[in-house]
Amino acid sequence: MNKLNENPIYNNDIVKLFAIATVFWGIVGFAVGVFIALQMAFPVLNFGEYLTFGRLRPLHTSAVVFAFGGNALFATSYFSVQRTCRTRLWGDNWAKFTFWGYQFFIVMAAIGYVTGVTQAKEYAEPEWYADLWLTFVWVAYLVVFMMTLKNRREPHIYVGNWFFLAFIVTVAVLHLANNVAVPVSFLGAKSYPAWGGVQSAMIQWWYAHNAVGFFLTAGFLGIMYYFVPKRAGRPVYSYRLSILHFWSLIFMYIWAGPHHLHYTALPDWAQTLGMTFSIMLWMPSWGGMINGMMTLSGAWHKLREDPVLRFMIISLAFYGMSTFEGPLMAIKTVNALSHYTDWTIGHVHSGALGWVAFISFGALYHLVPILWKRDGLYSMKLVNLHLWIATLGIVLYITAMWVSGIMQGLMWRSYDSMGFLEYSFVETVMAMHPFYVIRAVGGGLFLIGALIMAYNLYRTARGDKSPEMIAAEEIAHA
Amino acid sequence: MTQNEKKIDEFTGTETTGHEWDGITELDTPMPRWWLIVFYVCIIWSVGYWFWYPTWPTFSGDGERGGTVGSAQWTQYKQLEEAQAEIKALRAEYESRFEAASFKGVQSDPTLYAFALAGGKSAFGDNCATCHGTGGAGASGYPNLNDDDWLWGGTVDDIYQTVSYGIRSPHDETRFSEMPAFADILSDSEISDLAGFVAAKAAGVDMPDIGATLYADNCAVCHADNAGGDKTLGAPNLVDAIWFYGGTQGEIEAQIKKPKHGMMPAWQDRLSENTLRQLAIYVHSLGGGE
Repeated sequence: MNKLNENPIYNNDIVKLFAIATVFWGIVGFAVGVFIALQMAFPVLNFGEYLTFGRLRPLHTSAVVFAFGGNALFATSYFSVQRTCRTRLWGDNWAKFTFWGYQFFIVMAAIGYVTGVTQAKEYAEPEWYADLWLTFVWVAYLVVFMMTLKNRREPHIYVGNWFFLAFIVTVAVLHLANNVAVPVSFLGAKSYPAWGGVQSAMIQWWYAHNAVGFFLTAGFLGIMYYFVPKRAGRPVYSYRLSILHFWSLIFMYIWAGPHHLHYTALPDWAQTLGMTFSIMLWMPSWGGMINGMMTLSGAWHKLREDPVLRFMIISLAFYGMSTFEGPLMAIKTVNALSHYTDWTIGHVHSGALGWVAFISFGALYHLVPILWKRDGLYSMKLVNLHLWIATLGIVLYITAMWVSGIMQGLMWRSYDSMGFLEYSFVETVMAMHPFYVIRAVGGGLFLIGALIMAYNLYRTARGDKSPEMIAAEEIAHA
Repeated sequence: MTQNEKKIDEFTGTETTGHEWDGITELDTPMPRWWLIVFYVCIIWSVGYWFWYPTWPTFSGDGERGGTVGSAQWTQYKQLEEAQAEIKALRAEYESRFEAASFKGVQSDPTLYAFALAGGKSAFGDNCATCHGTGGAGASGYPNLNDDDWLWGGTVDDIYQTVSYGIRSPHDETRFSEMPAFADILSDSEISDLAGFVAAKAAGVDMPDIGATLYADNCAVCHADNAGGDKTLGAPNLVDAIWFYGGTQGEIEAQIKKPKHGMMPAWQDRLSENTLRQLAIYVHSLGGGE
């Protein structure tokens, strides 16, 4: 059919906006993270009521997960869905609404955090008015995405889009179920959740775990499935593996939440279910890693030349590591040691910094020259510098948290030969201090890397070329 | 329709699926065998585990908190009891002897004394260190427990009573004293003279002036003629250069005008009798026990 040969005019403007927002919120989120890491090491840095750790911590988590990660998902999903469906993104104004509406939600949530407005649910802190607004924005996102899929000029839906769709639909369900609340008054910010007691805890952790599963895993696998084969110039390793790991991941992830509530008021049966589904989830998670990494077979040499591809592959390595660590930590006996310790924080950050952020950086480096119609990035050397500074930062961060977390857990449970607790709580806190400092250094390096990226992308968008790139081009022409 | 052309990928020799999106194709590689095997093993292991442990909710709501019981008969409360039993067994070796022994008896038996210190240190870290510091060094308004200056007495029995009933606590048996606010009784210049006298006396200088008279008339009844304090009243020693709320002229004046009164909770209803006795012995051992 002729239609297939038309060159559709893609909506790049909306992707540009989301890409800029991704970089902006990324730097805000990382900077707040470094600051609160320093507050943990040096509590004297808690200034006044607005800048205490308690208020800045949700600001950090929301800024990195929802503002940085969310904008990255919007940017990459809007970019790749058009190209894999060979059709323009449906509804320009709707898409624009998702952009401004989402940024408005972020600002609304952030103002709430620093002024002490919270419903005290982890990763779901915004109060009812912000939740309601986000619901509208999210439905608009779903409509834009689905309509674009409907208008596709390809017979099949690409695997990356399955993941994006699963992410959008499930996050909507999670958001609605966990935020059912009764406002105290129409004009007041305070509300009370509809669920109470252990049911409330269960729904909260079903939500929070699947925010990891569907926002940070399924969504970012959608990114991986487009950008890795594109960058490597190789076919996706296994279609069959993508089907089986997609459906098994979707089916099993949703059950795993109770592992956040081991040894609590949650009935034993629910804990066991959560734990066993977490273990069964190991291979479905790794399916994505295998499919991404093996896509490079026949293109491994490109890793030597292309630091952008290196970002993507290192991200898959971190993904593999943290999706192994997750099921491990879900086992009750391991959890008895790891729960409530810094090990959890280290685990989250190996996934968040290593997987989520690195695949996003890789995608951004790939996107920006295309969106701004440039021949290439301003400087590949800076990409490489970013890569190594950030990798070093992550390694410092997670090793510090492993050591500190396991030490903390062991100190808590340590009894002397006469049956008394060996350490008081404050002694365990004092023992963690050096690791808190190392963690802050690691986070600082990660932030510096992101600033290098922002500079590089800015120069790229302006159309500049570093001397190193000009020299490389001259060699290519000669 | 995109041409459903299956091609053979040159590098791997594997067939593609024939679909293409934006230049991306897919290989029809079979799933890695090791991946499938590990996946199946995880599933089989989990299903086995479901029979062993409580896993599924029951329709009737019977069973282990509404769930199947499992053939291991395991519950988290049983596990907790077992873990606690281990600890209790460790303590049991000493506990009955400790209970039967007097403070003197404990202190003269090296094993029991070590037991008391271990228990006291542990309880101190989680209950007392918040105010008195991990090493018992105190802070402004919170007594240092390492020195030999005791407000209410530093024998093991005295310390036991203080820990059990507290100071100015809501407990009926609490230790209690209250210094009057002399702002209502003396003039500012008198308070200034008095503070000067106390500060000088603490520095080892006796000033036989108006301050001395004021002291004798107003303070000596509790703090004693030599300003050495009175432990039965909890009246601090004023000449040992250890100050609770500061020893400058201004700080002493402030304390005379409108005294601050600290409060220590009664621990009797919160800690076991054994723990209270261990704490008394431990605190007594810190440095300045009498």
